[in-house]
Order: sequence, then C-alpha cells, then structure tokens
Amino acid sequence: MTLITKTGAADDRFTRFDTLEDALATDEPVLIPLAFAPAYVEQRPGAEFGISVPGSAAIEDVAPHLETAALVAVEFPSFADGRGFSLARKIVREGFAGTLRASGPLIADQFLDALACGFTEVELPETMANRQPAQQWLSAKETMSDHYQSGYGTEPSILQKRLAARKGASV
Amino acid sequence: MYRYDEFDERFVRERVAQFRGQVERRVDGSLSEDEFKPLRLKNGLYLQLHAYMLRIAVPYGTLNSRQLRQLARIAETYDKGYGHFTTRQNLQFNWPKLKDVPDILDLLADVEMHCIQTSGNCIRNVTSDQFAGVAKDEVEDPRPTAELLRQWSSLHPEFVWLPRKFKIAVTGAEHDRAAIKVHDIGLKLKRNAAGDVGYEVIVGGGLGRTPMIGKVIREFLPKDELLAYLEAVMRVYNSDGRRDNKYKARVKILVHETGEDEFRALVEAEYAKLDGPTINAPADEVERIAAYFAPPAYDALPETSETLAKARADDAELDRFVAQNGFAHKVPGYIALTVALKEIGAVPGDMSAAQMRAFADIAERYSFDEFRVTHSQNLVLPHVKQDDVPAVYAALKAAGLASANAGLITDIIACPGLDYCALATAKSIPIAQSIAHAFADPARQRAIGPLPIKISGCINACGHHHVGAIGILGLEKGGRENYQITVGGDASEHAALGERLGPGIDAEDVPGAIEAIVDTYLAEKEGEESFIETVRRTGAEPFKAGFATFIESRAATASEAAE
Repeated sequence: MTLITKTGAADDRFTRFDTLEDALATDEPVLIPLAFAPAYVEQRPGAEFGISVPGSAAIEDVAPHLETAALVAVEFPSFADGRGFSLARKIVREGFAGTLRASGPLIADQFLDALACGFTEVELPETMANRQPAQQWLSAKETMSDHYQSGYGTEPSILQKRLAARKGASV
Repeated sequence: MYRYDEFDERFVRERVAQFRGQVERRVDGSLSEDEFKPLRLKNGLYLQLHAYMLRIAVPYGTLNSRQLRQLARIAETYDKGYGHFTTRQNLQFNWPKLKDVPDILDLLADVEMHCIQTSGNCIRNVTSDQFAGVAKDEVEDPRPTAELLRQWSSLHPEFVWLPRKFKIAVTGAEHDRAAIKVHDIGLKLKRNAAGDVGYEVIVGGGLGRTPMIGKVIREFLPKDELLAYLEAVMRVYNSDGRRDNKYKARVKILVHETGEDEFRALVEAEYAKLDGPTINAPADEVERIAAYFAPPAYDALPETSETLAKARADDAELDRFVAQNGFAHKVPGYIALTVALKEIGAVPGDMSAAQMRAFADIAERYSFDEFRVTHSQNLVLPHVKQDDVPAVYAALKAAGLASANAGLITDIIACPGLDYCALATAKSIPIAQSIAHAFADPARQRAIGPLPIKISGCINACGHHHVGAIGILGLEKGGRENYQITVGGDASEHAALGERLGPGIDAEDVPGAIEAIVDTYLAEKEGEESFIETVRRTGAEPFKAGFATFIESRAATASEAAE
C-alpha cells in the first residue's frame, strides 16, 4: 500500500490487523475494524490506534469512537462509490481532528475533492500507485485553482472571494 | 444573460486543461479505460453506436448569437455540418473525434460555454422554463436560481460520484413548462402567505424504466436557504441511494423505497445539522447574479401592433405562424416566438450550420441578442417587437425555420434512437418522420390542436414518452422493432404518466395507430377540449377501444394478404 498526503508520498505509521488478538499483541499503532474498537480501548487504554470503516457506515456508529481514535480510514470499495466523501464530511462535522484517510482504489483526479471533503491522506493499493505515482496526485491537486462551494476545503469559495473583492473595492 | 467573470472564466479554462491532461493520461496508460470513462462522461463525451458524441451544456437553455455562431463553426470544422438540440435543452454533436475534443472545448470556452457534467453520475445541466422572464404568470425569474445552481453543482467536491445521474429543473411560473415533477429535484418559485419568495421543493420524480411523479418534501423553503437545503438532500441521496443495481439507483427509488415521510425526515435531520450561513450563497452574490437577468431595454409600445395586425390580415401563412408559435409577452408590444426545429420530414432538433448562422443574425437583430432552447427540441426568440414579426418571419422562412407547428401533432420529440444510440432498441427519428408525413396537412394539424407526441427508442425514456399526450416506446421483440403506445401523459403542473393502449405494433403501423387515436379524440371531444383534456376526462378506455379496432383491422388485412 502507498500513502499519499498533500505534500507527497508518506510512510504509514499504522499497521492493519484483521483480528483483535494480533492487534493487542503489538505496541505499534494499529488500524483495526470499527467493531474491535471498544475491546481494544478497554484492553489498551491510551494506546494510539485507528479505525477502519466502510464508506457506507452510519455516522451514528462511527461517532462514539472519534474522541479516542487517532486515525479513521474510510474504505472505498471502488473509486466510483462516492459514499466515503459524504461520510468524511460527517466525521469532520463531529469535530474529529485526527488523521482522516481515504483508503481504496481512488484515482489521482479525485485528490482535490478528497482533500476538500476533509480527508488528509489517501491509501492506495500498490497496483494503482504504480500507474498513478505520487507526482500525478500532486499535479492533479493543482489543476483547479478555485471551487464554487462554500464550506469545502480550506480556501474561500469563489462566491466568498467575489464578496471579499467587492467589500475590498468599496472600502 | 449571465456573463462570466474572471473566476468563471478561469474555472472553465482550467477544466479544459484538466480534461486535456486526462486524455493524455489515458493514452499513456496512467488511467485505465474504466477509470477514464466516468471522467470523459463528466465532460459530456459519450461513445455512441458509430462514433463519439459530445454533449454541450446550454445552461437553462439560454444562448446568444456569438455562442451559436461558434457552434456553427464547430459543426463545420469538427462534425458533419449540423448539431442536435436535445430534450435537456443541450446541444449534441454526433461525430467528433476524441483527439479534437480538447480543441472543441477551448472553442467553447472562448464563448463562455462548456460540457461540464452533461453526463455521468453527477448533477447535470440545470434546466428551466423557456419563457423565463417573459411569461406573465411568473412569480420570479427562475434563471438566477438556475445560474446559482450551475455554479454550485460544477465540480462539487462531494457530489460528483453519486449513485446515478441527477437532474434539477426550476420554474418561476404557475404553468409548469420545465417538467419539475419528473426531475430528481424540481424547484418552483412561489410566495408564502407573508409575501416572501421561496421554493417548493419536489424530490424523486423521473422517467426512465420506473417513471414516477416527484413528492413535495418542502412546501416552502426560504429563498436564501437553497444551497444548504440542497446539500442536505444530496447528502442523504449520496449516502443512502442504492448502488447495488444501476436501474434502482436514482433518487426516485430511494424516495419510493424509504417512503416519502421518512425521506423528508432524513433530509430535515441532516439539514438541522448544517450551518446554513456557511453554505448558502451570500445575498450580495445572489443579487449580483440576478442583475445579469434584468429585463432588456424594451421600448415603450402599445399593447398590440397595428403593423402586425395588418400584415397578418394580408398574409394567411404569417397569421397561422403567429397564432401557433406566438407566446404572450409580459411587456406591451412584444411577443415571444417559438421556432420549431420540426419541418415535416426533418430530424427533430437538428439544425444545420447555415441555419445556426441565419438564426444567430435574427436573434441578434430582433431579440436582444438572446434565444432559448426548449425541452421540446425547439428554439424561442424571447423578446421580439410585434412590429418586427413580419420581418422575423420572412427571415426564418428563408432559413427553413418557419414551421407553424409548435405544440401540434407534428411537433414531435424524439430521442436519437437506433440511428445513433448504443442503448437504443428501436429507431425513433424515422417514426417521428413518418407520423409528421401522415399529418403534414397544416389545416388538419390545426383542427386536431395541441398534441405533443414523444418518442423514445428504448426503455431509458430519453424521448420522455411517459409524459407525452401520446407516448411511443420502441422496443425489440423477436428481432423486430416493436412500438408501445400510451396516452394521457403530461409533464406540466397536471403531471401524469401515460397509460398503455394495448399490445406493441410494427413500425409501419404507427402512423395508422396515431390516426385511430386522433379519430377517437375527435369523436369524444367536447367543446374546445384539447386532446389531453379529453383524455383526462374520459380516461384511456375509449382510446383503448379505438386502438383495438385498429389492431383488428390490421390483422384482417394481413390475413387477407396471406391468403
């Protein structure tokens, strides 16, 4: 797997585990399915961990873990399944300030949208990363300077920029 | 008309460059065919039966002469010399080459046009009333709302990978010409008891395989809350819409399966969590957009023109054209004219490059440089001085654009069908042509009166057959093209789905079947009732009987021929 952030390829500090026993056996940060989270927190209080949730998950199921988890990995079954983008928005709205990862066969062309929806990194299967290396992701991020939708991304929207320009002009 | 500012201009230019890069990355193998497909679709590029097709957005159906001249140039340089207006108020070119598409997009950007989201599982081109700003029964002009939604929906970070396509229509009038009840979202500008302007919000209408009439999920949404409320609707759909079966993925299925009340509750719950002021358009911005749609500089004129009255008295053809294709303008002395792209025997919605140039000149000279595209695949000159109508008529006639059949039985909507489309199961354009020939006599058309026929060449219903007063659906049955006929469909504020009259019939029997249906109407008609009013009163039964008699007579003829 390859990890891409807005500054380029990065190392993954978290290791995925499919069983609770294996996750409890390591001192490294673990990435575990949502269902294991209560047991993990009980047995390893204070340990750094991440949860893996499908894009189809209900925010009500995810929200109780957002205070303890350092990372949430939203799983995309396919790049064309946009549910993960909406889940990311809901997770951010809950006040989650940790690492928000989009995990799955996304394409570089979605990087800008993923960041605008609140994701901080993308975890790609190796086959995808080979075809679309980090450089393509960084380039794709620069293709559009602006967006129309207020409330997305860190920059003001076009609507907000127009307003600011008018106010500036009238001062 | 709206004009791009520096932000819109840069946005569209960058989008073209982005697509150019995507084509290059497809060629060098970075993108697989499966990955590239939705990217090209979101830029309006389809792979059809014989070639690529490029669908150009005509936001809410409004164009100017400069844009139409550029479309003429593209038609001649990159296509076969014509374009095709669609039922979504867009324009399609049927023969572009993939390598030319980025250059075509550059030419479009030069005249403030694009192909953004004219296809794909995203919010499509927003449509509206072709008589926006003209109609007397308008609460408010719907175009500023449509333009705001065009901007808001363009490359939306969250809603470009929806379960399925998503269509929004807006009207500001009492009489619905935008078919808002058969859209994923229909918005109707209205006033509440306090006199404030807002929207009635309708969700979950649609045609296709499972036609449904939309449900009112908000009786009155204050105007300034629009974007936040739509964000809530879209988030519910994006999260909960079905993705297991593309034929059940439209929002109409979600509304139907969830239940209208539960769906409304989901939207309202999501909406309650949103911070509206951070999402909604600033009032300044709404006003900035609306200013572009301020009325043009009309002359102060008497209500009616003596010049036109005299010309009509002298020229029966002109008189018929104005009576049939004219639409009352809210400003004294002006009229809107429908220009039907429906010459007998022509392909519905097709326009040659020469016609585009001629029409651009007419719009520039006589209609404040503006015209509209209708979802009936016709054009509208929205602001013609009544005094100028004789000259406009002469110019239209010279360009082969003066068919006096707007709304009549020969003003037929047809999808491209098996002549172009990879999904089609039957031809639709030749069916439209054969019906038009059968009813070519203008006097007879007028005697029959308003009768919109809509033809689809497959179950996906791009020809909107479900809402045709007469609907025709072409299917494939045992290796033959087979046509099902419905009556009673209506896309207006009386929205209704057509009812099937009986078994499917062969292509050559379609004109005869339409004759039989028209005969039933003329026999049942009371007073000045239009076709659809008669069907609404009598129900489909008399039409079924007439249709059955026609089928029997055809069967008798066939068995006689076999003996």
